[in-house]
Amino acid sequence: MDWLYVLMPIAGVEIFWPGLIILGIGVGIIGGFFGMGGAWMVTPGLNILGFPMAFAIGTDIAHMAGKSLIATMRHGKFGNVDYKLGLIMLVGTVVGFELGAQMVMWLERLGSVEVVVRYLYLFLLTGIAWLVFADVAKIKRKERENLHSGETNEQAKGIEWHKTFHKIKIPPMMHFKEAGIYCSAWLPIMVSFLTGWLAGILGIGGGLIRMPSLIYLVGCPTHVAVGTDLFEVMISGLYGAATYTFKGRTELVAAIIMLVGASIGAQVGTVATKYIKGYGIRVVFGYAVIGCAISIVLKLLAKQIPAYSSLFDGTATALILGLVFAMSAYIFIMMIKGAKAEIAAKK
Amino acid sequence: MTLKKRIKRVIQWIVMGVFFWPSLLWAAGEKAEAIVIVADTRKLSGMMAWWGNLYNESHVYFMLLTIVLIPIIGVLFGTVADFIMAHIGIDLKSRELAEH
Repeated sequence: MDWLYVLMPIAGVEIFWPGLIILGIGVGIIGGFFGMGGAWMVTPGLNILGFPMAFAIGTDIAHMAGKSLIATMRHGKFGNVDYKLGLIMLVGTVVGFELGAQMVMWLERLGSVEVVVRYLYLFLLTGIAWLVFADVAKIKRKERENLHSGETNEQAKGIEWHKTFHKIKIPPMMHFKEAGIYCSAWLPIMVSFLTGWLAGILGIGGGLIRMPSLIYLVGCPTHVAVGTDLFEVMISGLYGAATYTFKGRTELVAAIIMLVGASIGAQVGTVATKYIKGYGIRVVFGYAVIGCAISIVLKLLAKQIPAYSSLFDGTATALILGLVFAMSAYIFIMMIKGAKAEIAAKK
Repeated sequence: MTLKKRIKRVIQWIVMGVFFWPSLLWAAGEKAEAIVIVADTRKLSGMMAWWGNLYNESHVYFMLLTIVLIPIIGVLFGTVADFIMAHIGIDLKSRELAEH
């Protein structure tokens, strides 16, 4: 069975290549569906496959750039990408990220910052999960009320913080066609600055924060939030791939093998958004956030109780990989069901 | 300082900025350590040996290869997936479902 293993030319380790393709397909489906890079899912997966950590981040980013490029192109054809909004937000994201990263370095000089960052991350994820499920609960309650009062034509609305922000009319005012919003340009700039700043502090790509921010703060429809977020992931991914490779921290062979699976998976995930309503995407996203939060709790416990650190770390890895499998399987099944119905309707 | 020198210095700063400042940008975990990793090409042959040697000789060329190969491979396999899905009969040009 030697043919199932490939020697990584730079890292010098033999890796089970079908594992890389399977991991790529899983994170590709999830990335295309939610509009995020998903580094928090890839790194433990690479670790399990025996990948040296020195190359994990660079390799992850390199494959992420390729899959988000093709997924952005597909989302663009569905009208899910607001390029104008994406470009404006890119400015805020970069500036915010740099400030956040500088702040972490400053905090590091003051003392250990790692645990504080993990707690902040946990707090933020809990907030996002609450927001998503509170929003869905509100929608359901309104739908029930409408049903009782006989107002079946009225569309139930969830949390709409963006309406308050849209009332702030600081020039220049801008119209974002795909997103269908008219607001001050400062709103997406400030939101991207804030999410970039948080991502810089937390040391993450930021898709997990940016996607819900685009929905609840900027007012994008869910599908457009997913596509526009992927556009940002694509640009930052290409940039990140270049810089990490320049520093010699990318195992390109592994990135290419992963990308074979991820680019196909990303197309599947993107097409699946055709068949799942906006609120359906939000609910599955909420579960992903909860899974991520639990894995962080386990990692915190591993730090707090060193005697059981391997148990907690192992459980966190198993949880994340289980989540990748469960979510990608769910999205794939929904895509198959939707495609079947679409093809049947055509006949 | 002449204008030519000033322009040269600005370009140098931009190049430095592009390659060194973003070390902070992608920090989805620990930062890349400041150690040089050399690929052991003694065990490699053919394409893999060329690959390893390219990495050892120039990270710049290796980076250029990466940023050319990654988008091409992504688009190539994504297009294959598109072709299969279109062949099955999935409409890849429009989306009907809206927010709810």
